[in-house]
Amino acid sequence: MHLPISDKIELNILHQNSHQAEKNKGKFNNYNLLCLNIMSSPGSGKTRLLEITLEDLSKKFYSAVLEGDMTTNLDAARLEKLNIPVVPITTGRACHLDANMVSGGLKLLEKKINPNLLDILLVENVGNLVCPAEFEIGEHFKVALLSITEGEDKPLKYPIMFREADLILITKVDLLPHLNFDINELKSNIASTNPKADVIEISSITKSGFDLWQDWISKKILKFKNNLY
Amino acid sequence: MHEIDMTKCLILSMEEWAEKKDKEKIVVEKINLKIGEFTCVEPISLINTFNAAVLGSWLDSSAITIETIPFEGKCSKCNRLYFPKKENGYKSPCCNFNLEEIISGRELKIASIDFKEK
Repeated sequence: MHLPISDKIELNILHQNSHQAEKNKGKFNNYNLLCLNIMSSPGSGKTRLLEITLEDLSKKFYSAVLEGDMTTNLDAARLEKLNIPVVPITTGRACHLDANMVSGGLKLLEKKINPNLLDILLVENVGNLVCPAEFEIGEHFKVALLSITEGEDKPLKYPIMFREADLILITKVDLLPHLNFDINELKSNIASTNPKADVIEISSITKSGFDLWQDWISKKILKFKNNLY
Repeated sequence: MHEIDMTKCLILSMEEWAEKKDKEKIVVEKINLKIGEFTCVEPISLINTFNAAVLGSWLDSSAITIETIPFEGKCSKCNRLYFPKKENGYKSPCCNFNLEEIISGRELKIASIDFKEK
C-alpha cells in the first residue's frame, strides 16, 4: 500500500445534474423555447393556476407542459383537456424533478410536437418546498407559489425556495377576508429573503392578478424571442 | 428524502472521478465535502444515506467528512459582513437591510478525495 494521496477537486456535488440541466437549457435555446419551472408545496394551486393561465396563454403562444407528479397522472389528465401537448413525468420515490427526468420528458414531448413550433414550456414540479430549489432542470426562470393558507412565515422557514425564485405568486388571496392572515408580513418576509423577486397576488377563484401574471409571462417570452436574455 | 438524490449525485461524481484513475487499483479513504449552512442538506442524513448506499460497492470502506461553511451575507448599505438569522428575517443587524448578497453558505462541494493506491 502506498501513502495516501489527497486529490483536491472542488467539484459541485450536483454537477452531474447541473451538467444535464445546461444541456437541457441548450436544447430549449436551440428551440427558441422559454422554460419556466413552477414550484410550490402540495396544494398551493399550481395545476389550477396552469389550467386558467393556459386557457388564455395558448391563444397567444404555442405552449406545452411537463407535469411532474410522484405517483399519478391526475394533474396531467386535467391539463390535457386544454388540447395542448402535456407530458406526465412520474417521479416515483423522488420528491422533485431533476434534469435527467426533464430531459426524458423533453424527448417524449419531441415525439408529440416539433418543439421549434413552441414558445413556452411550463414545467410543473413536484409539490415540495425543499429539494426542487436545489435541482436545476435547465429552466430560464423559477416561479414559486405560496398560498396564504400556508402562513406568513414560509419564506423564512423555506428560504432557499423563495431565494431562488424569480417570481413569487401569492395564491388564494380571495380567502384573505376569511383568515387571520397578514399579507404585509408575508411580503416583508419575502423581501427579506429575496428582495429581487417579483411578487404578484393572485386568485384562481376571482381571477385577480392573472392579468399581471400573463403580462409577466408575455414579456419574458418576447424578451427571450428577441435574444435579450 | 432528497439526501438520497444528493447521495446518488455524489456517487455518480465519484464514479466519474474514478474513471480517470484505475478504480481497481485505488482505495478511497475519505471524501471531504464542504456543505454550506444555507442549503437543503442535513449533513448527518447525507452521511447515513451515503453509508447505506455504498455497502458492498467499491466505496464501501470510504468515509465522508463534512466541513460546514457558515451562512454569511453582506449588508448592501454599509458593506459589513454578517451571519443572517432566520429569527431576524435574515436582515443585517447593522442597518436592518434585507439579504441581498450571499457571501457563503450555498456550497455543495466535494472539496477533496483522500485515496491510496493498492
